[in-house]
Amino acid sequence: MIAIRDVRKSFGTNLVLDGITLEVTQGEVVCVIGASGSGKSTLLRCVNGLESYDEGEIVVAGQRVDRDNGHIVAIREKVAMVFQRFNLFPHRTALENVIEGPIYVKREPRSQAIERARALLVRVGLAGKENEYPHRLSGGQQQRVAIARALAMQPLAILFDEPTSALDPELVGEVLSVMRLLADEGLTMIVVTHEMGFAREVADRAIFIDGGKIVEQGVARDLLGAPQHERTRDFLRRVTHPI
Amino acid sequence: MFATKDLAEYLPLLARGALLTVEVFALALVVATLLGLGWALMRVSGVTFFASFAKALINTIRGIPILVQLFYIYFVFPEIGIRLSAFEAGVIGLGFAYSCYLAEVFRSGIEAVDPGQVEAAQSLGMSRVLILWRVVLPQAFKIALPPYGNICVMLLKDTSQASIITVAELSFQGKLIASSTFKNTEVYTLVALMYLVMCIPLILIVGRLEKRFGRK
Repeated sequence: MIAIRDVRKSFGTNLVLDGITLEVTQGEVVCVIGASGSGKSTLLRCVNGLESYDEGEIVVAGQRVDRDNGHIVAIREKVAMVFQRFNLFPHRTALENVIEGPIYVKREPRSQAIERARALLVRVGLAGKENEYPHRLSGGQQQRVAIARALAMQPLAILFDEPTSALDPELVGEVLSVMRLLADEGLTMIVVTHEMGFAREVADRAIFIDGGKIVEQGVARDLLGAPQHERTRDFLRRVTHPI
Repeated sequence: MFATKDLAEYLPLLARGALLTVEVFALALVVATLLGLGWALMRVSGVTFFASFAKALINTIRGIPILVQLFYIYFVFPEIGIRLSAFEAGVIGLGFAYSCYLAEVFRSGIEAVDPGQVEAAQSLGMSRVLILWRVVLPQAFKIALPPYGNICVMLLKDTSQASIITVAELSFQGKLIASSTFKNTEVYTLVALMYLVMCIPLILIVGRLEKRFGRK
């Protein structure tokens, strides 16, 4: 459903993506791990055209991702994104954040959008918070609103860009359990994360990126449990035993 | 200092001037806000031609005294066939000059909106216009409100400059009365107080708006 073929990108002289090829099928949960600056977030942002790429090709549901093409808006409707810093609209309530896309992009009737948004907020555990503004919610709650906002677009896939990295440690769990729920329901997800436990338990596949290249990939449990490549082993050691 | 008889005599005239001051202010503010928003949008449009045009215009207008601009519109424009009443010239001149100050206020407000907001809107598939209207401008408005209020107060006072092209606003009436009665102290004190009284509601309104939008 998402095909990334030999994608290259550089910022100035800095090569951030050095020939990435990756295929994600429907219902698959792929976790992308790697050190900061390895290119994993950039890769994710290329998939929905928030970032352009220099060479290669990214195809989503049969359509080539090209920022300079009008199709990009249609592609973004199909591939939602959840950001590290939530990026909720601060001037709108939780409910208004969730209905924004359905009403103004998909032109759904307001009553229908509201009904679905309420159900989605219940699903992410935020019943009763419909009318709260983002600044009155905790980080974990904000991120769950952001997930509901992504789901409201009824996307084919959701891209998660380090969804728990900006959270206080005690709030990480509530976001991960919502994501696990979605994975169990068969949603296609690409997750850039440092949460190795989540990757091991929830992901179908794990990808380790270093220096803009896929160093190693495989069944998440295997890759994280018994990495083949020295660089992967080294990275995992540093993540799991920081001191 | 004030004799009640003097007050009764001057106040109606000054009040008529004050009314004109408010009219010039309100209309010039509408012109300045709409044009200013236009210049600001051109500056952030990403289209080089629009951006440079707006930038050049803003810097040119900001570099010319409002008085000179008013002279130009009132005395030079008729030579190219554009004949405006003093009132019209005052509104257009002040509105145009202030649009350039406001453009910078709006632009800084727009640029201060977190880029993550635009990305979130883009990732929902929103078009540029929709992003601007639903996401960027509401937040930019909140950021721009304090400096906007400040400029409103300045504009209200600067309407007195239109007296130079014979717009019979408050300071113009004051000058007329003062020069015919020689009661400079009484008249100009009254004029000063009346400007102050007009500014206070404006300051209160902006303060209230800030509070209202600040809560979100």
